Amino acid sequence: MEKMLHLSVSPHTHCGRTTSGIMLDVLIALLPATIAGIVIFGLEALLVVAVCVAACVGFEYLFNLIAKKEQTIGDYSAAVTGLLLGLNLPATTPIWQCVIGALFAIVVVKCLFGGLGYNFVNPAITARVLMLISFASVAAPAFPVDVKAGSTPLVDLANGKNVELLDLLLGKHGGAIGETCSIALILGFLYLLFRDVISWEIPVSFIGSVFVFSLLMEGDAEKALALTLSGGLLLGAIFMATDYVTSPTTPAGKLIFGLGCGLLTFLIRYFGSYPEGVSFAILIMNLVVPYIDKLTKHKVYGGKKA
Amino acid sequence: MAFFLNSIPVPLKKNTADKPALRMTEVKSVTLPMLMHKGTPATPVVKMGDLVKVGTKIAEANGELSSPIYASISGKVTKVCDYLTASGERVPAVIITADGEMTAEELSAPVVNSREELLAAIRESGVVGLGGAGFPTHVKLDVDFDKVDTLIVNGTECEPYITSDNHTMNERVDDIEYTLNAFKQYFGVKHIVIGVGDNKKTSLENMKALATRVEGVEVLALPSTYSHGSEEAIVFHTTKKVLPQGKLPIDIGCVVCNVTTLAEIGKYLQTGIPLVERYVTVDGSCVKEPQCVIAPIGVSLEELFAFVGEFECEPERVVVGGPMMGITVPSLATPVLKTTNAALALSPAETKFPKESPCIRCGRCTNNCPLGIAPAAIEKAYAKRDVEELTALQVNACMECGSCSYLCPAHRPLVQTNKLAKMLVKEANN
Repeated sequence: MEKMLHLSVSPHTHCGRTTSGIMLDVLIALLPATIAGIVIFGLEALLVVAVCVAACVGFEYLFNLIAKKEQTIGDYSAAVTGLLLGLNLPATTPIWQCVIGALFAIVVVKCLFGGLGYNFVNPAITARVLMLISFASVAAPAFPVDVKAGSTPLVDLANGKNVELLDLLLGKHGGAIGETCSIALILGFLYLLFRDVISWEIPVSFIGSVFVFSLLMEGDAEKALALTLSGGLLLGAIFMATDYVTSPTTPAGKLIFGLGCGLLTFLIRYFGSYPEGVSFAILIMNLVVPYIDKLTKHKVYGGKKA
Repeated sequence: MAFFLNSIPVPLKKNTADKPALRMTEVKSVTLPMLMHKGTPATPVVKMGDLVKVGTKIAEANGELSSPIYASISGKVTKVCDYLTASGERVPAVIITADGEMTAEELSAPVVNSREELLAAIRESGVVGLGGAGFPTHVKLDVDFDKVDTLIVNGTECEPYITSDNHTMNERVDDIEYTLNAFKQYFGVKHIVIGVGDNKKTSLENMKALATRVEGVEVLALPSTYSHGSEEAIVFHTTKKVLPQGKLPIDIGCVVCNVTTLAEIGKYLQTGIPLVERYVTVDGSCVKEPQCVIAPIGVSLEELFAFVGEFECEPERVVVGGPMMGITVPSLATPVLKTTNAALALSPAETKFPKESPCIRCGRCTNNCPLGIAPAAIEKAYAKRDVEELTALQVNACMECGSCSYLCPAHRPLVQTNKLAKMLVKEANN
């Protein structure tokens, strides 16, 4: 009898992209911001980031082990969550708080809802919000080793003080580890665009709308730009709001989502009791993603408008 | 809102485009299944022991939606046996063992003086949709051409590797021209658009030259990225009209014909030689010297691959058609059919599909679907067997191009699920 061949259903070839490859790209894109954070805030920052990553990966490993599920840490999504969580915390965050944050992000927000792809809110964002409202140390910013402790640019701006744009670009001011150096974050954004990991819609509409709202309030382009480069806006808009699982699918949906995030951030910054609103804005918008998706379906060829 | 057709960057690997096709003349045997077209199987008119020549009719069309079959080599009918088609139908097949002479039957050009005679000639030629669909061409063309604004000739050929239509347009311009003139004369076709993939430079030049000789012919360079060669896409690109779901091109005043189909009709009209051979692109990562071959219909893939040389590596999958929409065959004994435009031997590396993992909602399937369908949502609805939701998602519009599965980083079987979902919706509506 002649040799039998493998049978399969078409297509018989694949582009080669994988989930783990995409997560790896996100880790690479976060590298500049991570390095900048360590340079600016010192080894304390490295410790916070390392603990968050290790704890997130460790908790996912343990959860899968105990729940007798297939091991998933190889897709690097737990590492991404850990790195994002670490970069969203001040360098002075106590280690035990980092571990609690990681536990909440991975076990409660991600694994209990079914793991990667099934969580309806972003794990890192949700954990950060939990820590923000639970621990005073997370709400208080850390300051660079060579900068006198004071207030963050966002607080300064709100109080009518001037902030040097160059400082905002280089990140030599108070804040969370990964949020201060705008140049590093923009570098990561360009890498993600170049690798076709994310599209421009969410970051541009999110950051753009915050800029426009700030401009309308302040009537001063330079101050509006300073407000846009302050706080966690770039880190949130580029790396957290673009999380596939918790953001809309179509370009139109992404624009609406980014706009909503921008509006909420602006409202919280100007009228809320917290100085920064990026995390809250993303978290709230995460919840309405199913509705945005429903409203922004593509038109199907030869069919009625869906 | 104007409709926008997506395409995906599949490497096109047209390795055999610039090499002239080679004709296979020494063949040991051919297997001719009675079903190489859409419709009813043909009826064998030969029996074991009969001697046949190239062009001898071995099977008669059975009814209108059918097509006759001719011997592609000279020799002796050694067997009439059961044959299992790729779609699982059991039909008779005629096996001819070659005498090594390739003696041709005495044939003369058919007499064509009217629309009816032209249709009858096309039916007798054994030509069916040679782009791969296999729909009997005489049935497709039996329409009122007064209601047809445009005859669209598809020469886009967007699947990776395949260069069969490309070779037709490079090497058989006269045959195409003859057919178009006959269509104009007897069908009254006024407006003809030849859509050529913009990666086929020689073909484009040839078709543009043809357009200067035949009145009413327009040539368009169309995007050659995958899946811009689909019927949906070519109708849209040439007429700016969208084909409504569940409708045929004729419903919006178009008839779409593959270019090789037209060339084969032209050959028959001029010489009386029916469809006995065709261009088959022999390629794939396991083929050392890829080559477009003029192969007798019915020759085994084993002989076909041997004709172009040894395998570079042991193929894991052998695909008939393109890697995006073609079908795998169980063994190399499978014959070349009327619809076989390519035979690809793919290496394990090329066909490697890692294990599937959960959907991460990246949106690649939905944002790149050429027809705007949402495969990720369809997958979820199918898991719940939710016919209502599947209908709302318009799964029936899916043309099964495979772009979604090709792109999915989680390696989910998306187009495969679309196919199942379509079947589910069909069953529920019956």
